[in-house]
Amino acid sequence: MATAVDTGAGVELLTGSEVMAHICRLADVDVLTAYPIRPYDTVMQYVSRMIANGEFDADYIPAESEHGQFEIVKHASACGARVFTGSSGVGWLYAMEPLAVTAGLRLPMVALVGCRALDDPGAFGTEHNDALLVRDLGWLINFPDTPQESVEMGLMAYRVAEDPRVFLPCAIAMDGAFLTHSQATVTLPSQEQVNEFLPPYDRGDLLLHPDNPITIAPQANEDWLMEVRRQSSEASKNAYTVLKEVHKDYCRIFNDDTNPFLDEYMTDDADVVLVGMGTMSLPVKVAIREMRKDGIKVGMVRLKWVRPFPTEELRASLSRFKAVGVIDRDYSFGSPYGGGILFNEVKAALYGANNEPFMKGFVCGLGGREVLLADVRSMTEQVLATIKSGKPDNEVTWMGVR
Amino acid sequence: MSIVSYEVIYRGIFQRLLANKISRTFVLAAVKDGKQGISFGRYSDSPERNGIPCKLFGYIADTKEELEEVAAQYEPKQVNVTICVDDTLTKGIESWGWYGLQPLNALTKPGGTIVLTSTQSAEDLAKHIHRRDTPYNISLIKSEPSFAGLWVYKDDGTDARCLGAALKACPDICSMASLAIAIRENVGGDEHVETARASYEDARSVEIKSGEGETETPFTFEKPGWEDMRLGVVIDAVGGHFKYGDSDGGYVPGRNEYFKKWSTRSMRPVLNFDKCTKCTLCWVACPDSVFDVTPDGFFDPNMEACCGCGVCEAICPVADCINMVNEVVFDERGSQYMMWKDDKPAFEKYVANANSKGKVENRHPITGLAGAFSGAGLESGHNASNFQTKSLKDL
Repeated sequence: MATAVDTGAGVELLTGSEVMAHICRLADVDVLTAYPIRPYDTVMQYVSRMIANGEFDADYIPAESEHGQFEIVKHASACGARVFTGSSGVGWLYAMEPLAVTAGLRLPMVALVGCRALDDPGAFGTEHNDALLVRDLGWLINFPDTPQESVEMGLMAYRVAEDPRVFLPCAIAMDGAFLTHSQATVTLPSQEQVNEFLPPYDRGDLLLHPDNPITIAPQANEDWLMEVRRQSSEASKNAYTVLKEVHKDYCRIFNDDTNPFLDEYMTDDADVVLVGMGTMSLPVKVAIREMRKDGIKVGMVRLKWVRPFPTEELRASLSRFKAVGVIDRDYSFGSPYGGGILFNEVKAALYGANNEPFMKGFVCGLGGREVLLADVRSMTEQVLATIKSGKPDNEVTWMGVR
Repeated sequence: MSIVSYEVIYRGIFQRLLANKISRTFVLAAVKDGKQGISFGRYSDSPERNGIPCKLFGYIADTKEELEEVAAQYEPKQVNVTICVDDTLTKGIESWGWYGLQPLNALTKPGGTIVLTSTQSAEDLAKHIHRRDTPYNISLIKSEPSFAGLWVYKDDGTDARCLGAALKACPDICSMASLAIAIRENVGGDEHVETARASYEDARSVEIKSGEGETETPFTFEKPGWEDMRLGVVIDAVGGHFKYGDSDGGYVPGRNEYFKKWSTRSMRPVLNFDKCTKCTLCWVACPDSVFDVTPDGFFDPNMEACCGCGVCEAICPVADCINMVNEVVFDERGSQYMMWKDDKPAFEKYVANANSKGKVENRHPITGLAGAFSGAGLESGHNASNFQTKSLKDL
């Protein structure tokens, strides 16, 4: 919390939330709203301090609730303001009405979801269910795994969300505590680089402004709504192509060399891979290194974006392996095989692929419980067992549960 | 195989209970005859704000399978009887659903009947209804529109009278014996049953021949596809100038090109421009931006945008400058300002005629406001002594 704010480029020690605050400053966000709930609330503190120190100029509005918080930035976005807000857990759910209509109205907005268990029982450890609840509404969702990757995810979020071909809101889903509260060294980009990457938000003739008098969100019944939904469907598809296109720009300007959708680790010669999102990548990667010493050919494929879902890339990647284990830091009670959200989506994406691998689902690390190295090894062994038996294992296994 | 269908056309909210009683009672009566039936509203009419034109439908069939065959597609293509409980809807029906203007007789089968409550003559009313290629009948129930249903049900026997007259027009709906039981169980007592019987006996149809009626082509539009629609259903509100002769100025606000409110209102403001002080209050207070500003600073109510709420009349500080007039007496939707400018004596006559023929008597006793929106007429509405059991011959 006592991190000094350095507004120039250089290496700093920052949490994911602090990085997000810096992205707000570098992106010159116009309107921010805030309502406290942990772990998201850390970003409020960093942003308000920057504003108080005169390092960042923006309208910072503490709202009366999450519902009001998201409504305010929604309207500001309609008026052409670049906006930022966020929440966590059931606070994010209390804003569900504005969350739905923001996407429906095609208003770009960037929101930090400090991922947190949904109460009750009162809990604030990380689970991905809160962020994933908006996955069907048009929201774009990414899951950075480190403070450094939060730079990419934050800047890409603004660029893709504000592209006129997209005009959709974007959630940056950070694992509570593991990313929102953990400091790591980060190289921040310079203001010049950000200016080159991020054009001003231009709403064109959809701008709600006295100089451009329009009515938005009128009553529209069954003769009209399906066309509106069809437009949103197209925008979501566009988000996929725009993201790929924009990511090239990102790599060029910021001298980076990442894949837009997937982070593959030790997959070149792997027999099996584990698939997951967010900060679990750290224990998984370390466990992979240990297992490699024992001759086990295992790797990881981490999804950076779950919306738009990189179906093509994932099919191409995962059909290279004999078997795949999907680790969900979320639950979907009563779902096919009781699998998590990611497991069922990955399975659907792989349906009918050439060399469709065996797929086994795991639920792990709920409520902020750690994903242990031993868990990762056990999951890998269970996936390997399906190859040995030559039969798929549809059982979804809960790991690290008493 | 026998299927009969009917529709009840009414002003949203203000006549909802009335319409629902009519539609439900026929089904409940038909069920007593051993038939099958359903009654349902056109969902896109919801929310039924501000007297928006709405529809209820009913199907009666001999068997469940027959009923399912017709009910599988939501809105009927044709009905045996159209029951309309507000005569201002003779000008057409434009619902929230942005369908354009649907003629009142659009679904009435060739040779079918429109049962209509009105104090006007069938011939006068037929002039408002859009002409078509096939004949139909009008069966009149002499009555003011029964405006009630938001908070209080105005039990003035309109329901029973409509049921009786509609049964006469389409005897296949149910037997009179079953209708009598259904009325007793769901509408009212013996008085209602007698009213329905009297209405049945008295009902007379006037045939409207093909080609008779309003010659105007009803307002329609091509619905754009998703690729042509602006994102989020954005509607331009950008205005333009008011043009009259050589003068070009003032302000006409942008309006929804798909929704004209031509039949939303049951009354309209008529302006006496000679008395207008240009105080701007009507223009400011109008909730629907109805008033176009003329180059010389008058406020001209645009009949594509007016829902007839009467706020302008209520707020106007000048006596007899704005008067709400019953919509049914008008057969045009033109600019009053232009009529006045073109020919002042003729416009004076127009205003005098409108005010005398279409004077809105039904006003709230305290506020003096007119129309169903104001709650006018409710105090007499739930007074049982107002109940009409008189047959047509007595009126």
